[in-house]
Formats: sequence, C-alpha cells, structure tokens
Amino acid sequence: MDIALVYLLLIGFGILVYVLLDGFSLGVGILSPLLKNSDNKAIAMKSLSHIWDSNQTWLVFGGVVLFVAFPAAYAFVLSNLYLPIILMLVALIFRGVAFEFRFKSDRSQPWWDFSFSFGSILATFCQGIVLGALVGEMSSGKTMADPVEWLTPFSITTGFALISGYGLLGACWLVRKTEASLQEVAKKLAQKFLFLMLTFFAVVSIWMLVDQPEIAQRWLVLPDSLILVPLPLLSLFFSYKLWAALRAEQEPGLKPLGYAMGLFMTAFGGLVAGVFPYIIPGRLTIWQAIAPDKSVYFTLVGIVIFVPVILAYNIYAYRTFSGKTSMKDGY
Amino acid sequence: MKEGNKQRKIHYKAEFMFDLFATLPDTAMLSRMQFAFTISYHIMFPTITIGLSLYLAFMEGMWLKTQNLAYLQQVKFWMKPFAITFGMGVVSGVVLSYEFGTNFSKFSEIVGPVLAPLLAYEVLTAFFLEAGFLGIMLFGWHRVSPKVHFVATCTVALGTVCSSFWILAANSWMHTPAGYEIINGQFQVTSWMEVIFNPSFPYRLAHMLLATFLSASLLFAGVNAYYLLKKRHTEFAKIGFSTAMLAVLILAPIQVMVGDFHGLNVAQYQPVKLAAMEGIWKTEKGAALRLFAIPDQENETNHFELSIPKVASLLITHEMDGEIAGLDQVEEKDRPQVAVVFFAFRIMLGLGGLMLLLGLTGAVARYKKRLFDFKPLLYLSVTMIPAGVIATLAGWYVVEVGRQPWLVQGLVRTADVISPLPAETVAFTLGLFVIVYSSLFFTYLYFMRKLILKGPPSLDVVQASLINPHLVDDDLPATLNPAQVDVGYSQELSEYLKSQKHESQDSQNQEKGEK
Ligand code: HDD
Ligand code: HEM
Ligand code: HEM
Repeated sequence: MDIALVYLLLIGFGILVYVLLDGFSLGVGILSPLLKNSDNKAIAMKSLSHIWDSNQTWLVFGGVVLFVAFPAAYAFVLSNLYLPIILMLVALIFRGVAFEFRFKSDRSQPWWDFSFSFGSILATFCQGIVLGALVGEMSSGKTMADPVEWLTPFSITTGFALISGYGLLGACWLVRKTEASLQEVAKKLAQKFLFLMLTFFAVVSIWMLVDQPEIAQRWLVLPDSLILVPLPLLSLFFSYKLWAALRAEQEPGLKPLGYAMGLFMTAFGGLVAGVFPYIIPGRLTIWQAIAPDKSVYFTLVGIVIFVPVILAYNIYAYRTFSGKTSMKDGY
Repeated sequence: MKEGNKQRKIHYKAEFMFDLFATLPDTAMLSRMQFAFTISYHIMFPTITIGLSLYLAFMEGMWLKTQNLAYLQQVKFWMKPFAITFGMGVVSGVVLSYEFGTNFSKFSEIVGPVLAPLLAYEVLTAFFLEAGFLGIMLFGWHRVSPKVHFVATCTVALGTVCSSFWILAANSWMHTPAGYEIINGQFQVTSWMEVIFNPSFPYRLAHMLLATFLSASLLFAGVNAYYLLKKRHTEFAKIGFSTAMLAVLILAPIQVMVGDFHGLNVAQYQPVKLAAMEGIWKTEKGAALRLFAIPDQENETNHFELSIPKVASLLITHEMDGEIAGLDQVEEKDRPQVAVVFFAFRIMLGLGGLMLLLGLTGAVARYKKRLFDFKPLLYLSVTMIPAGVIATLAGWYVVEVGRQPWLVQGLVRTADVISPLPAETVAFTLGLFVIVYSSLFFTYLYFMRKLILKGPPSLDVVQASLINPHLVDDDLPATLNPAQVDVGYSQELSEYLKSQKHESQDSQNQEKGEK
C-alpha cells in the first residue's frame, strides 16, 4: 500500500484513540460542575487519576506522527490555528495540574475543581474550533492570515458539538466507574448529553452539506453515497442501543461507554470520508504533503513495533484498575 | 589589551531598553523568548524527576531485597514530591511538542524530516512508557504485587532516561548536524546512525543525565539535612542524607570531567561558541582563562577582566601557547550574545565547584563520624537544594544562546524560519504563559513545602499500609476515608495474616472480585 495512505490511517487511528480516551477524561471535567457535591467530584476525578496522562499522550502521539509524515501540514495547521492551539495547551495545563494538587489540598479544593472543569471545557472547545476551522472555512480557500479567521459561527458550533460529545463519553465513563446515587446522576446526564450531541451533530452535518458542494457531492450523489450510507445508519443504531442501555434497570457496565464510542467512530468515519484525500481540506493532499521516504519508513518500523506493545500495557493498566473506582488507591 | 572604538554608539544600551518598552519586539524575538521561557520552565522538572525516579527505584529495590521498612518509608515519602514534579513536567512538556509547529513553522517544514522521527521515537519509547506505568506506580500499591510494583517503578525510571536519549539526540543534531543532505531546501536523512549519534550527542547525554542525578541528589541531601537540623525524623533522614552525600561525592567529579570533554568537543565543532564561553574576542596564542569580566559586545572587548594567563589555551589545546580562535573569526552578525554565554558558563562552573566541595566535606565529615551533626555541612546542603537545577539551566543557556544566530549550526538561521504570526498574537501568548507558569510555579513550591514539612509517614503507618494501603491515605476528606467505609477490609486483613505471599494473593482476589 501507498505510504501516504498508511500514514493517513495511522494519524486517523491516533486521533480517534485520542478522541475516544481523552474524550471521556475531558468529558468528566465538563460534567464536574453538574455533580454538585464535593465528594462526587472527588470520586469522578479519582476515577481518572491513574489514566489521564496516558490518555493525553495520544495527543502528543497524533501531533508527532503528523509532524513525521506531513511536516508541511503540521506546520500549516499549527501556525495558522495558533491561538486556539495554544489556548488548548494552556487549558490542558489547568486540567492536568488539578489532578496533582486537588488531593493534596485542604482549603483550595473548590479552586482545583474549577481548574479541572474550566480546563476541560476550554480545551474541548478549542479542539472543536480547530476541527471546525479545518473542515469549514479553510476549504473555502480563504487565507488564514487574520488571527481570528478561525472564529466563525461554524467553528463555534463545532466547538459546542464537541463539548456535548465529550460530555456524553464522560457520563458513560462515570456510569461504568461509579455506584449508587452518583451512577444515577451519571445516567441522567448521559441521556441529556446524548440528546444534545445528536442535535449538534445533525446541525453540523447539514451545515456542511449545504455549505460545501464537494462534500454534498460525495454524500448525496449515487453511486458514491451507497458506500457511505451505512455510517448514518450505524450511528442511529448506536444511539438507540445507548439510550436503551441507559434506561435499563440492571447494571449497564461498559455498554454505554462502548455504544457512545461506536457513535463517535461513525461520526469520525463520516468526517474522514468527507475530506479524503486531503490532509488539509481543500489545500494539500496527502501525496503532496508526505515527508521523504527515509523519515517515514524509519518511523514506521518504530510504530509497528511499539504501538502494539503500548496498547498491551495500556490495557494491562486499565485492567489493574478495573471495577468501580474506590478512593483507596493512594500513594 | 587594545581599547575598542569608544565613540561608537555609547548610549546604545539605554536606547535599546527604551525601544523595548516603546514598541513590541518583532515576532522572531517574541517567538524565541516564548520558546526559551517555556522550555526553561519545562526542563526544571525533568531535571528533578529523572534523578528522583532512579532514587525511588533504588530504594524500592533495597526494600524488596532487605525487607527493611525504612526503605519503603523512603519510597512512600518521596513518591509525593515525585508525583507533583512529574505532573508539572508532563503538562509543560506537551506545550513544547506543539511549539515547533506553532512558532517555528518553516523550521518544522524544512528540518522536520530529521527531527520529527526522533521525537516520534521519544513518544513511542518513553512518554507512553512513563505514562502507562505511572498510574500503577502511584496508585497501584495494593492492586499489584510488590514485585510488579517494583517493575512499574523501574519502567518509569527507564522511560525518563529513554526520553532524555531521544530529545538530546534531536537537540545535539542541531548543534553538530551529521548524516543529512539538503534537497530543494529540505533536509533529508542519509544515515540515521549518524543523525542520532552525532558528534556532540554522547557528551551531551552523559552530561545531562549526570546533571539530573546531581540535582536530585542535592534535593535529597537538602531536605534530609533540614530534618537533621530540626531534629525531626532523624532516623529517616540519615538514610537519605548518607546516600545523597555519597552520590554527590562520586557524581560531582565525574560531571566535571565529562564537562571538560564536552568543552573540547565544543572547541572542535562550535569554535565561535567556545570563544563566547571563554570571552575571547581576538584570536590569541596562549589565551588567558578569564575568571571574571564584563563582555562588551559593542566594542568587542571585556571590562574588569580578572584572568590567569595561558590557562585557557592549556585547558583546551593542552599547550601553553596553543591558539584559540576568537570571536573575530566570524562577522559580527554571526556572533551570539557573548555576555549571556559567558556568565551562564561561569555560573555552571561555580556551582560545579561548590558541588565538589560539598561532596568532599561530606566525605571528611563521614570519616570523622560527624556526617549527621556537622552543622556547616547541613546548612550548606540546605542552601544547595536548587543548585543542580540552576546549574542545569545555566548549562542550557550556554549551549543554546551560544549557538545563535543559528538554529541548526551553520545551516539554518533562527530568524529565517519563524512562523509568520502577528507580533501581538505572540506577545499575548507569551504573556499568558508567563502569568500561568509563574502562578503555577508558586503553587508547586507551596505544595512541595507542604509535603516536606509534613514529613514521612511513621514506620507504623508504613507497616499498616502493607496490610491495608488505604490507611495511609490521609489526603482524603473523612467521609471518603475508605478505612472507614470499605467493608472488605477485615476479610483482607485475615487473609494477610494467613498467607505469607499476602500481597500477590490479595491483588488476585481483588481482581477476581472485580470482574
Ligand atoms: C530538540 C530541541 C531542543 C532542546 C532539547 C532544547 N532546545 Fe533550546 N532551543 C531549541 C531547541 C531545543 C530551538 C527550537 O532550536 C530554539 C528556539 C529558537 C532558537 O533559536 O532555537 C531554542 C532556543 C533556546 C533559547 C533561546 C536562545 C535565543 O534565542 O537566544 C534558550 C534560552 C533555550 N533554547 C534553552 C533551552 C533549554 C533550557 C533547554 C533544556 C531542555 C533547551 N533549550 C533544550
Ligand atoms: C524541545 C525540547 C523538548 C520537547 C519538545 C519535550 C517534550 C516533552 C513532552 C511532550 C512531555 C510530556 C510527555 C507526557 O505526556 O508524558 C515531556 C516530558 C518529559 N521530558 Fe521533555 N521535552 C523537551 C526537552 C526535554 C529535555 C532536554 C529532557 C531531558 C533531558 C526532557 C525530559 C523529559 C522527561 C523526563 C519527561 C517526563 C516528565 C517529567 O519527568 O516531568 N525533555 N517532554
Ligand atoms: C565544573 C565543571 C563543568 C564543566 C567543565 C562543564 C562544561 C560544560 C560545557 C562545555 C557545556 C556546553 C556544551 C555545549 O555548548 O555544547 C555544558 C553544558 C551543560 N552543563 Fe556543564 N559543566 C560543568 C558542570 C556542570 C554541572 C555541575 C551541571 C549541573 C548539575 C552542569 C549541567 C550542564 C547542562 C544541563 C548543560 C547543557 C546540556 C549539555 O550540553 O550537556 N554542568 N557544560
């Protein structure tokens, strides 16, 4: 297979894993203000304290693989979307240090709770803005010289869409990791956020179809659209199953999280299908942007060897902390 | 020494300062300031965590071997400062991995094919490893057996060393590029071995790793010396202090030696930087070692020079009358900010000398059996807590500022590869970083102080934590203290008493129970 395509898949994989994993970590932060009581917030945060770092590492992975394979795209995206990217990084700092300091503080706990949720919400919103700016305005061929070119009604909408999506993932994670009354709260929140997310995603999809003839062409004209039809159908299926699992009486376990992730995957698939083969929509295809062979093959060896190992020990780490979160895992 | 041309722009310095306030520096300057600020901030934390993770692995290994609880007590205590320092390193590091693209976009495009794969290997072999096992190391005490826990601690330590390997390979390549060719303005690799093991890499890796061990040792020594001075936790403090003093005694001379070799390497590959480090303006035979001076970039001379004749030549060329090329070997526009390099170099050397002194004093005190009550030694240790970190920062300023105006030595100029951003935007983010990082740094110091003042858990508590790890978790609000709410506790305790291989069984039971 063509190496540019391999790397597109790899980056897609990296971003998807990041979105699914850090998505629920950030989601818990988004929900945190809605959990009201301080003990609940503590448990919600504790459920993440051992994994937020490895989840976030996928962001570094995605960035670096993009840097390896498509340096021009890496440079273009990061320098043109300078402010939302830097704001996202600063927000992630607020989110990250909250984990370290909350459980060592006495009086300042509310401040760390705030730092956690504020950081999570801002980071998610910025990611949504970056996404919206990439698939929305950029494909119109405008220059990005103006620093606020990326702030458009469309990108703001994708920002909120991502907040609702991560919120859903976070709620489903809490359903899995908590018990009793907190789990009930999480279930209710998950239902609300499912509704929110579906609304936002529908708005964004329709907006893209109306605004961008190329994407509409791909989705609405036969026979191309036949290949894509399963995606919306699958997402309807996942939404239904998720709803049912959240309404059911018995312990839902991992099911809601699984269905929510499935929903995300179909949305992500739809997005990629819409912009392929561009690495920067409307500007640079993957074949134009691919780095020299010597660099991409050298790195590929490492990826092929290490990514399975990484997945293995990450699964081991998750299993070590499987089950409901207890406050007793300290150091 | 000849006088320079004094008429030339005497008030240059004052004018420059005024300019700085009247108009914004240009984007290139701001981007460089932002990069320097964020990476200087970042490097302080790895400097501590790399060394500290090895200490933790060592102490935990000793505990497993001897079953002496005092070692476990060390691990339990240092784990918390380690955790917050590590956290600071992680959050500030993520920023850096994106900053190449945000602020040096052209650089990323043309040098990306060389540097990006090295960073990718850092992520693959180091960051994931650290992050993946950190959770188990910090929170897995009663979820895995002690052996597995020890493996996790060692893996985290290994990860930090791997991280240094790759990032220093990348950085060293920018100083002594090798194994590349330039095609259509883009760097392409011809040999990865040459890229990774470029001429300055072995020295830099050794020097930097030693710097982190020294920095952690000084932190260790200082904190324990403080306890000894205050006569608190003395039994605990003796183990740490004794270990740390031994480490300083061994590491400091090695560091000085490695630093010397490193200097010879600089003389060979980056003679301009060397001239700046030594403050030599005109190429000289039998150059003097300048102990102190105030370099004057404008007039190309030093003021208030205090020097030992011929020694610089002796150190670098190993001949009394050896020739050292001065800054005049290149045009003015190809010279770094001499004063920064010159002073930073002397700060590093001075602190290196103090570390030697500390190690020797410790050895003498130990010989006289006064290691734990020789007050001057204890006070010196306490004041030298930040010395390692400061020396490390100073060393990096020598290295990085000395390379300017080049980003890749002799090939890529920093000013040519900046992202075309509006200066206001970069000024805004720089301001944001300064505010956020400064307040965070005080928070960090506050919590470090709090943890150190609180001191280690008592041996009884450590013992109890072996049976039920939750007992020590006094960080939690009372309503959540699992020692009070966890119903499985009594069962666990009886199991422990029954079995010798308690921990492993314990964790197995727990796993079963949870599925
Ligand atoms: C792999 C890359 C890399 C690594 C490991 C480091 N640096 Fe660096 N440094 C750069 C890559 C770089 C750079 C991208 O090349 C910069 C940005 C602008 C420049 O001129 O070089 C730079 C500039 C730069 C400057 C500004 C020099 C100037 O503009 O006058 C300082 C003070 C430092 N760095 C300090 C450090 C410190 C404290 C480091 C400790 C970890 C460090 N650097 C490691
Ligand atoms: C341009 C230079 C650098 C970049 C881009 C960079 C990038 C990063 C990133 C992204 C992380 C966080 C990883 C995570 O999520 O776990 C990190 C952490 C770390 N970095 Fe750096 N880094 C740089 C310089 C250095 C240097 C020079 C060293 C050491 C010699 C170093 C050692 C470490 C270590 C040990 C960690 C683990 C966290 C810690 O110990 O606090 N880094 N770095
Ligand atoms: C006293 C003897 C020492 C000598 C002769 C020495 C020499 C050097 C030289 C020549 C460089 C510059 C290399 C370059 O520009 O490429 C350097 C860099 C550096 N030094 Fe030192 N040094 C000494 C002590 C120390 C100490 C005690 C520390 C910290 C604990 C330290 C930390 C560093 C660091 C972190 C760097 C930058 C990274 C590197 O290039 O390795 N040095 N040193």
